[in-house]
Amino acid sequence: MLSFSIKRLLVAIPTMLIIIAMAFFLMRAAPGSPFDSERAMSAEIRQLIIEHYGFDKPLFVQFLDYLKGLFILDLGPSLVYKDQSVAEIIGSGFPVSIVLGFSALTLAIFIGVPLGLTAALNHNQTTDYSIMAIAMAGICIPTFVTGPLLSLVVGVYLGWLPTAGLDLGKMTIDTMLLPVITLSLPQIAIISRLVRASAIEVLNSNFVRTARAKGLPEIAVLTRHALRASILPLVSYIGPACAALITGSVVIENVFQLPGIGRNFVTSALQRDYPVVMAVVVLYASLIIILNLIADLLYAVLDPKVTYE
Amino acid sequence: MSLPPLHSPNAAVMEKSAVIGRSLWADARARLFRNKAAVISMYVLAFLVIIAIFGPLLWVHKFDKIYIDRVLNPPSWSDMHPFGNDPQGRDLFVRLLYGLRISLAVGVVATTVSLTIGVLWGATAGYLGGKIDQIMMRIVDILYALPFIFFVIILMVVFGRNIFLIFLAIGAVEWLTMARIVRGQTLSLRKKEYIEAAQAAGLSTFDIITKHIVPNLLGPVVVYVTLTIPAVILQESLLSFLGLGVQEPMTSLGNLISIGAKEMEIAPWLLIFPAAAMMITLFCLNFIGDGLRDAIDPKDR
Repeated sequence: MLSFSIKRLLVAIPTMLIIIAMAFFLMRAAPGSPFDSERAMSAEIRQLIIEHYGFDKPLFVQFLDYLKGLFILDLGPSLVYKDQSVAEIIGSGFPVSIVLGFSALTLAIFIGVPLGLTAALNHNQTTDYSIMAIAMAGICIPTFVTGPLLSLVVGVYLGWLPTAGLDLGKMTIDTMLLPVITLSLPQIAIISRLVRASAIEVLNSNFVRTARAKGLPEIAVLTRHALRASILPLVSYIGPACAALITGSVVIENVFQLPGIGRNFVTSALQRDYPVVMAVVVLYASLIIILNLIADLLYAVLDPKVTYE
Repeated sequence: MSLPPLHSPNAAVMEKSAVIGRSLWADARARLFRNKAAVISMYVLAFLVIIAIFGPLLWVHKFDKIYIDRVLNPPSWSDMHPFGNDPQGRDLFVRLLYGLRISLAVGVVATTVSLTIGVLWGATAGYLGGKIDQIMMRIVDILYALPFIFFVIILMVVFGRNIFLIFLAIGAVEWLTMARIVRGQTLSLRKKEYIEAAQAAGLSTFDIITKHIVPNLLGPVVVYVTLTIPAVILQESLLSFLGLGVQEPMTSLGNLISIGAKEMEIAPWLLIFPAAAMMITLFCLNFIGDGLRDAIDPKDR
């Protein structure tokens, strides 16, 4: 198990390098520079700035410099916000994104699993069909539709919660509630479908029949035997789910104007603020890789049939 | 020649079934047409495709015609603006049809791109096997770990908002799963006798892959394609929503929804109609995809 984790982390290194290289060279291939939008400056000053940031060196040398910086966790300065380092920008946005993503994942699991189990227990009955219809809606309707619609209904018509953009920069239950619900909706749908499919299979399997045959009460059959086997596919879905939540948070933060790093990413990309864009890509890519590894290991712990060499 | 008289309805049924054999595909088609949700979805989608193609040509307003005096007008029939007017005073109905057309086009073209790359990649890896297979699938594994939407966003920023680039970028993102499915199928196909026969007949590897392997992959590929189209439409809308998609005065469903979201407090119809159109389209595509999967893939029945 330990050697498996180490091997996986070693494989992650070339993956990360490819990701960094792709993001780095793509960003640099972009026409326009971060200093374009400034007021007109003389050629000498411009030259000084370019030299200050090392943009006069060959591209490959710049890439190596960036890797060197990354190695000692130096993300460099922001090119657009002169008084802030990239670490500060990321540091101020990351908590928002983490709270958003983590709450949405928790919500999705705590609603999706019971929904899926209920559907499986009522297989081919009205309850099952209605839950699956709702799940289909959750999968079909993108968050950038549900988000505005929710804030239109709850915020504008009912007036219960502030709509997007209020309390900018502050994380309160009021401002986070709608974004979290919106972000979790597609995941609730996917998780309930996953759990339903596996629970149907588990409920028809031999060991559940044995448990019933030896006279266990139904509730014990479900909680002690069926539940654990039913949520196994969920564990391996946690990795992709986190990736989807990360991608989704980019949209949600733009819909609700939350000051997270997903929002930073889009604005920075448009302003050619290379270091911020790079930092977000590196951060999210490493998160996805690590979460995938954790999900795989968790799977091995929960499923005795799986062993990693 | 006279047939013996039929004695029971059973004999008639048996005789009939002896005459009309049912192929796998006819079987699948019958199952698909028994699925009500899928059949209704097909009709609705066909209707949407037709009005998306011909609607903008026939409608009284042009999609980029600006009516300065009708900015943000609510829906009304008096000037033939059943869905109201957008912030530039353009007719929302025709813009919606036009956006639907672009979104559907993106769905079809980007899916074709991903289909081509994915099928060829997967079939080659699966057919050749060994080291080449390992390397090719290793590349797929690495690409899987990339947060792709970030790269699509960077691509859009770098190369500008060009509709052909959107087709390519999204298609290039979506081929990975297709490659995996196709490879798995190919691995089981390549040991079949007819492949051996083709090899013995001296066909080139390329011909074997394109003429014998790929046609026999059709089932799972068709299912996955119908589920890729809505995914691709979503990707494009996401880009448009972030302001990185198609460029004005062109529009797509995601673009219309993003405008609607900004104006929803004063002009909710700008959000509601495009959102409804998007939902109906995605619902139809997903229902058809699910129906096809149930019809073609006997495992899930």
